[in-house]
Amino acid sequence: MLLYALKRLVYVLPVAFGVSIVCFLLVHLAPGDPLTAIMPIDATAEQQAQMRAAYGFDKPLPVQYGIWLFKVLQGDLGASIASGRPVASEVGRAVGNSLILASLATLIGFGFGTFFGFVAGYFRGSPLDRLASVVSILGVSVPHYWLGMVMVIVFSALLGWLPSTGAGPGGSTAWRFDWEHLQYIILPAVTMSAIPMGIIARTVRALVADILSQDFVQALRAKGMGEWPVFKHVVRNAAPTALAVMGLQLGYLLGGSILIETVFAWPGTGFLLNTAIFQRDLPLLQGTILVLALFFVALNLIVDVLQSSLDPRIQRG
Amino acid sequence: MRSLALRTVCVLALLQSFAGSAWAQGTLRIGMTASDIPLTTGQTDNGGEGQRFMGYTVYDALINWDLSSATKPSDLMPGLALSWGLDPAEAAKTKWLFKLRPGVKFHDGSDFTAESVVWNLDKLLKNDAPQFDPRQSAQGKSRIPAVASYRAVDPLTLEITTKSPDATLPYQLAWILMSSPANWEKQGKSWDNVAKSPSGTGPWRLTGFVPRERAELVPNPGYWDKARVPKLDKMVLIPLPEANARVAALRSGQVDWIEAPAPDAAQSLTSAGFKIVMNAYPHNWTWHLSRAEGSPWNDIRVRKAANLAIDREGMKELLSGMMIPAEGFFPPGHQWFGKPSFKLEYKPEEAKKLLKEAGFTPEKPLVTKILISPSGSGQMQPLPMNEFVQQNLADVGIKVDFEVVEWNQLINIWRAGAKDASSRGGTAMNYTYFIQDPFTGFIRHLQCNLAPPAGTNWGNYCDPEMDKLFDQVRNTFDPKEQTAILQKIHEKYVDDALFLMVTHDVNPRAMTAKVKGFVQAQNWFQDFSPITMDK
Repeated sequence: MLLYALKRLVYVLPVAFGVSIVCFLLVHLAPGDPLTAIMPIDATAEQQAQMRAAYGFDKPLPVQYGIWLFKVLQGDLGASIASGRPVASEVGRAVGNSLILASLATLIGFGFGTFFGFVAGYFRGSPLDRLASVVSILGVSVPHYWLGMVMVIVFSALLGWLPSTGAGPGGSTAWRFDWEHLQYIILPAVTMSAIPMGIIARTVRALVADILSQDFVQALRAKGMGEWPVFKHVVRNAAPTALAVMGLQLGYLLGGSILIETVFAWPGTGFLLNTAIFQRDLPLLQGTILVLALFFVALNLIVDVLQSSLDPRIQRG
Repeated sequence: MRSLALRTVCVLALLQSFAGSAWAQGTLRIGMTASDIPLTTGQTDNGGEGQRFMGYTVYDALINWDLSSATKPSDLMPGLALSWGLDPAEAAKTKWLFKLRPGVKFHDGSDFTAESVVWNLDKLLKNDAPQFDPRQSAQGKSRIPAVASYRAVDPLTLEITTKSPDATLPYQLAWILMSSPANWEKQGKSWDNVAKSPSGTGPWRLTGFVPRERAELVPNPGYWDKARVPKLDKMVLIPLPEANARVAALRSGQVDWIEAPAPDAAQSLTSAGFKIVMNAYPHNWTWHLSRAEGSPWNDIRVRKAANLAIDREGMKELLSGMMIPAEGFFPPGHQWFGKPSFKLEYKPEEAKKLLKEAGFTPEKPLVTKILISPSGSGQMQPLPMNEFVQQNLADVGIKVDFEVVEWNQLINIWRAGAKDASSRGGTAMNYTYFIQDPFTGFIRHLQCNLAPPAGTNWGNYCDPEMDKLFDQVRNTFDPKEQTAILQKIHEKYVDDALFLMVTHDVNPRAMTAKVKGFVQAQNWFQDFSPITMDK
């Protein structure tokens, strides 16, 4: 088991190296000058050249990559061009904020998704099934940024129940888990949970419906088992596939969402990426993408190791 | 005796409550379009918005803009300098003397003197100075191209020598904001530390900020201009770059004021009881025409025809009234407008006639390519507006194809010039301009020796007559005479139809009815001191 884990860890290294190259080169493909954000629009050619040299953009790309990678390996993601602040602290703060948002969205999305899925699967063909299916299809189909805007219009602008933007009255650094702050997260979290809720509901519905039609369920009922114990058997059989889908959705939620975080001005990784893209803030963009990409690589590693511990056949494969 | 004491206590308490209400004028929360808090150390980033919210609030320049009137274009006024002028003893007209305002203190309590100005100029211009800050230098250096050297003559007298005679120096210095040398020392000579705890001489003090989320400013009760001590208790700045998020924040009561509401939100906001405040200011939305060899815009008949083909009132309807139809390069009523003879009216028949003389008709149109961007700072609503212009021009015989490039890319093309390959054969570029001073308003666009890469004369225009006028501006130190020359330049801009002059933005902002006392100056910058909030 330990050997397998170590082997997988070694496999991660070339992946991480590849990720770093893609992160670095991808942002250079976009048109525009990264120094535009920090220079007056009519700065002379000489001043532009001076700045380019000061930020190292006058060097060949491989050299720039080498310098960047060397610093990254020492934990230094550089400084944002636009703000001058260290990228590591900017990304760290944003990741923390995205995690808070993702946690609540996970609770809502997974909870309601599972509930709707079981209801629909258990009462297949009934009006309850149709209602649950409509809700799950809407969750998957409705563009979430549009849903966010509609929720803002209804719950913030018209009803005035919930705030529409930001991460609390004092900003994210003053975040606390009380109503004064939690009210800021409800709308973005509900919006963010819509897609996972829909996907999980549909998956669970299909699984439950499939399991319920299997012979062993009929056998359990035939021998006089009550509905509750049967239900527990269904849950146990549906769990592995449902958990795998949830795992994927969890990754998606933890990565933040550019659109949702921008609509709600939630200061997470999506909001940060959006800002970095528009400002051509290459170090910030590279740092954020790298951290998120490595986050996914790490998640995959953990999932692989966990799966192998549950099913030893995977190790042999 | 007890009753007297009781009465005295009651009266004192009452007085205290009155005093409290006179000063406690609430908190104003503003949703900015910027995606981050502008640089707080002195020389701000984020363009005009940065200078508006973090520049003239926390800091002062030697020469400030007068932001007190909504009805007349704003002009320069004494800031940290009480007076300025050429040194009468120097014949070359390059030496300026500035008499500084006595008794001014930075927020940290240190004195503002001529040495502070020298220290601040070194911060921007002298690479080997300990306080040199590349970030502030990137923002400030290009604003003061005339400055050659400077020195403190005495604590309240500053001398600046220019590279050549240049009467536009006061406008250049209005960009340069003074941060506290003592505070920089106190913060361990680190600009990163200063950013968290800055110190200027301005009417507001920054008390805290969360990057990308909010900044809080409180009044500086010791501000040297007592009339401009802020009446609010606090002003909170919140970056909300997404237009819909700004509107939602205003409607849900999270902010009291938003910058640049989208035109299509204006009607719903006003019907919901919000105020839309707007005014003319030195901004224009133009097509900058190429004058490179082979450009169709080298023919004045074509340039005039295009200007006569635009239905500016129709465009105003498109933008829900949020624009001022162009009558020239500067907004109508500006002190430099002059009396141009060519009127920018909607006369398609006259345009057709001129084009016919030039060899083009709607059946045999002039076909050309124009560079536009889908968005960008100050570009207003570039896609529908450009399509509107495209339709107008097609009606008279100018068939325009658009080359749509991303805003940052357009800036690079603008810097590279019309002759550069990056312009991809485009003969004009839709570009909006900050036109607040003689250099940004006129000189940089058309002076012969500022053709790229030396400057931003994108179209490679060159007219010795125009250059002569620019020289006169630089050599005319009497403000009235200088204004007369600037008017002549503007008349030439319009009469020669040197740009396709379409419209001016009106700098709209939406706010709740609680916001009182705001006077929207005809300027990119604004004064927040007179504002109060109704309970």
